[in-house]
Amino acid sequence: MMLAIILPLALPAYAAESVVPVSILPWWFWPLALFITCFLIGIVAVPAGIGGGTLFVPIIGGFFPFHLDFVRGAGLMVALASALAAGPMLLRGGLSSLRLALPLALLASMSSVAGALLGLALPAAAIQIALGIVILGIVALMLASKKSEFPLVAQPDRLSSALRINGVFIDGASGQTIDWQVHRTPAGLLLFVLIGVMAGVFGIGAGWANVPTLNLLMGAPLKVSAGTSGLVLSLVDSSAAWVYLNRGAVLPMIAVPSVIGMMLGARIGARLLNVLKGSVIRKLVIALLVFAGLRALLKGAGIWL
Amino acid sequence: MSDSESPSPLTQQPEALRYALLLNWGTRIGFTVLVCSFTAYLFGLLPPHVPLDQLPAVWHHPVAVHLQLTGTPTGWDWLTLTHKGDFVNMIGIALLAGCSIPPLLAVIPLFIKRRDFAYAFICALIAGVLVLAASGILTSGH
Repeated sequence: MMLAIILPLALPAYAAESVVPVSILPWWFWPLALFITCFLIGIVAVPAGIGGGTLFVPIIGGFFPFHLDFVRGAGLMVALASALAAGPMLLRGGLSSLRLALPLALLASMSSVAGALLGLALPAAAIQIALGIVILGIVALMLASKKSEFPLVAQPDRLSSALRINGVFIDGASGQTIDWQVHRTPAGLLLFVLIGVMAGVFGIGAGWANVPTLNLLMGAPLKVSAGTSGLVLSLVDSSAAWVYLNRGAVLPMIAVPSVIGMMLGARIGARLLNVLKGSVIRKLVIALLVFAGLRALLKGAGIWL
Repeated sequence: MSDSESPSPLTQQPEALRYALLLNWGTRIGFTVLVCSFTAYLFGLLPPHVPLDQLPAVWHHPVAVHLQLTGTPTGWDWLTLTHKGDFVNMIGIALLAGCSIPPLLAVIPLFIKRRDFAYAFICALIAGVLVLAASGILTSGH
């Protein structure tokens, strides 16, 4: 239904796609600018508590001369690399649960493949408009959602009991040993199907949606939700990334500087976590997302090319 | 990605530790290959398929047009061009995109040993989805 609304809006801009001006700057300017931008995104993404991929696609897609197909392919690689870099450590430390991640990742990876195929079949202008709407929706979610450190799960549901989705982790801050279990697993699985489709269509990773679903809906502790989200992402983004790779939509000159810049920036961001004011960075990121979301919306509608 | 992090026996099962170990090594190998190949590409150690100064003229096109203009192959045909500076990077990219498959397959025997057949099946299914996506079968014909 959303696409039926978006497509007519996108048609004028789709026709205008062929007249996108070619950059007159030397070829090396854009990969260098990409590296610096991703480095800065990496720094702010960690204290803001969102994945770099969420900022990457709207910012690079809105302000760089690359076609959105390549931006989304690179976005998936950025989100994948970030998830892979943190995944093993979180899994060893007990902050990521294989039992919680695997059933969700199964459905989300299947739907992310479908999402990637859909995304590559749709006109870029329609994707831009939908991306703008999704980014502004993420801002609303960031402003509205409340996190729950240790949600109360009185009774696990039948599916999570059958799959024994529960665990124990030691909270580093308090030193407490926390037993956890989850509920509303069928609803969680359904939402992860949707999350997978969106990851595939937009190439934005899905940490922004994974954590609230795991924490607020299914009742996993916040730290386990954040850790497990990375593990799910590593599988979901891999599946979608293969589709983009096979279709030739991963351009090394765009993907590699982005991945390296983001990884280096994220390392600095993690070190600055205690120095930077999280609330200030969060406001900055929200403002950036609003700007990038509006830019995507207007670019897709052909109003601001 | 440090190996020095000692896992708590209270918190993690053997399958999680095996998964983490293999994912860690896969990621490290992928990153190393990617950084080395990109350095070779950037400094012209390997001649690129698409000359660097011509990239700005093609990277703003949709992928289908870009493929036509540059004669870039799809699917796994890039393997025939790995002597080119741009396509050698695809090895590192493919390693990163595929590095979850070995850990998934490696934990299946551990789940079976514990008679946890549901999780063994789920791991096999996810590995199957990844292999199917990687095979290019789903994207062929476009």
